[in-house]
Amino acid sequence: MNELASLFIRSAFVENMPLTLFLGLCTFLALSRRPGTAVGLGIAVIAVMGVTVPVNHLLYQFVLAPGAWTWAGLPDLDLSYLRLLTFIGVVSAAVQLVEMVLDRYLPALITTFGVFLSLLAVHCAILGGSLFMADRSYNLAESAVFGLGSGTGFAVAVIMLSAIRRRLVYADLPAGLQGLGIAFILTGMMSLGFSTFAQMALP
Amino acid sequence: MLPWSTVTDPILRQNPVTLQILGICSALAVTTTLAAAATMAAALTVVIVCAAAIISLLRNHLPSSIRLIMQIIIVASLVIVVDQLLQAYFYEMSQRLSVFVSLIATNCVVLGRTESFALHNRPLPAMADALGNGLGYSLVLIILGSLRELFGRGTLLGYEVLRTVEQGGWFEPLNLMLLAPSAFFLLGGLVWAIRSWRTEQVETSEFGLTRVKEPGS
Repeated sequence: MNELASLFIRSAFVENMPLTLFLGLCTFLALSRRPGTAVGLGIAVIAVMGVTVPVNHLLYQFVLAPGAWTWAGLPDLDLSYLRLLTFIGVVSAAVQLVEMVLDRYLPALITTFGVFLSLLAVHCAILGGSLFMADRSYNLAESAVFGLGSGTGFAVAVIMLSAIRRRLVYADLPAGLQGLGIAFILTGMMSLGFSTFAQMALP
Repeated sequence: MLPWSTVTDPILRQNPVTLQILGICSALAVTTTLAAAATMAAALTVVIVCAAAIISLLRNHLPSSIRLIMQIIIVASLVIVVDQLLQAYFYEMSQRLSVFVSLIATNCVVLGRTESFALHNRPLPAMADALGNGLGYSLVLIILGSLRELFGRGTLLGYEVLRTVEQGGWFEPLNLMLLAPSAFFLLGGLVWAIRSWRTEQVETSEFGLTRVKEPGS
């Protein structure tokens, strides 16, 4: 239990997806102009990562990993080079499914972040989460916790950045820094702040 | 005849990274050394040019309802080929790049160019446009990679340029350059530099201060 808690903290803060691993930066910078959209994006990322990482883990372990087909008399079969295609397929399908479920039961919610949901199909943080899971060979519980933790880390970071950018709309910046330039520098400062988590002693 | 500007425009004037915020996702993590940045840039350029050629050839046969998933599959297959080639011939480099080569598949530069350009153009212009965007992306990666390696370790491509204190020289390596935040600061500075030079790229602020005419003057 303790190990899972520390994995959650580590994936959310120490190895924060956008700030220390540079994953998902496109949406991180493009959709952080307003806190409202940032909250929607954060929730969507948590939901999709929490689902896709464990599902991909099951697929990887039972279909793609080297030796997964031993029971069928094919111990040498190694399909792990197909993991990229499989993971992308699962992520797009999961995004589509979440969209359909929400459309059916919570149509109000889909109007708030409907557009970002379809964007998540090609989100590097989500795909990266699954690839890291396969690289580090987590088990099922670990991959579920890792998915939720990374999603939470992304949500926290994007909401914080949007709040800071909101405060900066009245600032008189140099013309060249307006918009994207200052967003990068703010992200750098947040990344400096998050790098102190690496020194934290985990239980 | 192919206009030359299709290739040269995206390199500086319409740079995909600094102007359109595309494709920075998987890019920044690999810029701690110049060699890694150059490998990543080459891999991306190969993938984007091949993907543009294939998608442009298929453009009249792709029903628009499944075009996104088809593009993703084509790009992902090309990425797998590049990844396997890297593992076969440059094993150490592919270990250092780890998952970031696979993440070219979700790189917005690739999908953005195939979706907005290759789907509507003949193969040759599509490839030229893809090459230009690949080179624009490579330029940013190589600038960042050389700055970070030069000031973080005092070397370029592994050769000593600035003799560090440990080696008996004068240069004190800036360890910050090897950490994540420096990439953001450098990219922010790069955006600032390009936009001060090319002022038409400046974003207008929503609530910025503007000079108003004083009454009576």
